[in-house]
Amino acid sequence: MIDLSINTDLTIKILTGFIKTELNRVGFNKTLMGLSGGIDSAVSLYLSVRALGHENVLAVRMPYKASPPDTLEDAQTMIDDLGVQSLTVEITEMVDPLIDLYEDMTKLRAGNIMARMRMIVLYDQSVPFKGLVMGTSNKTEMLLGYSTIFGDSAAALQPIGDLYKTQVRQLAKALGVPDNVIQKAPSADLWAGQTDEGELGFTYAEVDKLLYLLVDQRYRPEACVEEGFDKAFVERVMGLMRRNHFKRVMPPIAKLSQRTIGYDFLYPRDWGT
Amino acid sequence: MIGVMMKIKIALAQFNSKLGDVKANLEKHLELIEEAHKQNADLIIFPELSLTGYVLQDLAYNVALRPHQEDPVFNELFKASKDIDLVVGFVHEDRRHRFYIAAAYLSEGKTSHIHNKVYLPTYGMFDEGRFFAEGDSVRAFDTKFGRVGMLICEDFWHASLPYLLWLDGADILLFSSASPGRGLGESPRLSSSIWVEHTNRAYAGLFTNFVVHANKVGYEDGLNFWGGSTIFNPNGELVIRAPDFESTLAIAEIDLNQLHRSRARLPLLRDERTNVVLRELERILGVK
Repeated sequence: MIDLSINTDLTIKILTGFIKTELNRVGFNKTLMGLSGGIDSAVSLYLSVRALGHENVLAVRMPYKASPPDTLEDAQTMIDDLGVQSLTVEITEMVDPLIDLYEDMTKLRAGNIMARMRMIVLYDQSVPFKGLVMGTSNKTEMLLGYSTIFGDSAAALQPIGDLYKTQVRQLAKALGVPDNVIQKAPSADLWAGQTDEGELGFTYAEVDKLLYLLVDQRYRPEACVEEGFDKAFVERVMGLMRRNHFKRVMPPIAKLSQRTIGYDFLYPRDWGT
Repeated sequence: MIGVMMKIKIALAQFNSKLGDVKANLEKHLELIEEAHKQNADLIIFPELSLTGYVLQDLAYNVALRPHQEDPVFNELFKASKDIDLVVGFVHEDRRHRFYIAAAYLSEGKTSHIHNKVYLPTYGMFDEGRFFAEGDSVRAFDTKFGRVGMLICEDFWHASLPYLLWLDGADILLFSSASPGRGLGESPRLSSSIWVEHTNRAYAGLFTNFVVHANKVGYEDGLNFWGGSTIFNPNGELVIRAPDFESTLAIAEIDLNQLHRSRARLPLLRDERTNVVLRELERILGVK
């Protein structure tokens, strides 16, 4: 019996404490994030408001011309609901010149360009707003590598990075995220009709259970098959995890000296705070 | 126990250190010591590495201290220990420049005892063995409240060390830790918090001892420290429990007469067959 249920009160207590402490210790009390209208950024937004107060949170909507209008409306509903500061920066005119430059442009490349443009907008806005960029990645997508490196994966903090998508859904309910945001099919909205589950070829509910066994419970892949998971599915997920590991670590530095960053120059990020 | 105070007030300094800033942490220690003294506490216990913070990595070598009068940090603590006994956590650099995670018991301007952490967790999220030397002894020692023993975090995940302190005469076990919270499920408490509390309760009951535990709170990098400091009495009953995650100075009185009552009822210490333990250990280890 695989049970991913979490105590949401305890989770909210730890995560709001984390957000507040990690910002305050480096001299910040504000945060900003992209608000797509999806569940992950919604949960990060609601947690940030609880941690810092609505006046210290900036939600940035960054639609592309192909973004479905209802996601923009859902984001607005949450902005109004929470009373946070907000900004809408359409990225179409910024990304289209680059996308149009190459005839062999693919959907994947264009999607990555959009994700990285949103990163640029957020990091730029972080200066006048005097806030840090909040990450919105969950454990499932981090493990599968379902993200754009230096795009949506770029952030100062990752509050929900140790919660599976299934658990993010549970947390979203407890935080009062609107039902239609929780219910809608997860999508990166990089092109019309794109859904995570369509692209990945399996559902979050399925893969979360498998990841829980493989990662949290340290099951060997063979043991997961014995537990009833399809062999090809287990192999596919193992492959995604392995192949995308580079997105979860810093780029390796070629070691030459007696003391090298990352190998024998080891300090906590929170050094001296 | 004749000549020993029978009712003592213990303060659990459940707080968060500034990572790698000994000066700032010393100030905080002196504040909490003064506060505990004002509330008539006889003994105040700080968490593991309270003077430095926990996730030190290479910072360990820059924040190491030598607990003698000439050290400006310890000098302040010695002065403070004239009013109230102290247990503080620090990085201990010995004469040969080995670095230990240590706890010092200070009383009346002197060091009564230093314990160097024996078990350094180096697995999962822990990497202590990479940066620190292992302590290699465990000793009970005498205080004005009777004989006590100190252990640090992973030390008391191994049953052998509390057991040795018990046999060495410790009636009060003083545990300090920087325990990172982990194991989120449906329970309103993390499984690490539940596990440590069960263990401490078990030691109190099995040894008919007082078990005092001060744990850190706050966040370091992504880790949370859950607090929940406790005191259990020799019946295994909870005397005080500080809240999870909150900075607090939790003060409770313990009655050392409880040792008499518990051990008259349940003579586990009297009946402990140390000769059997020794003989079987020698057999298991092939010593004889």
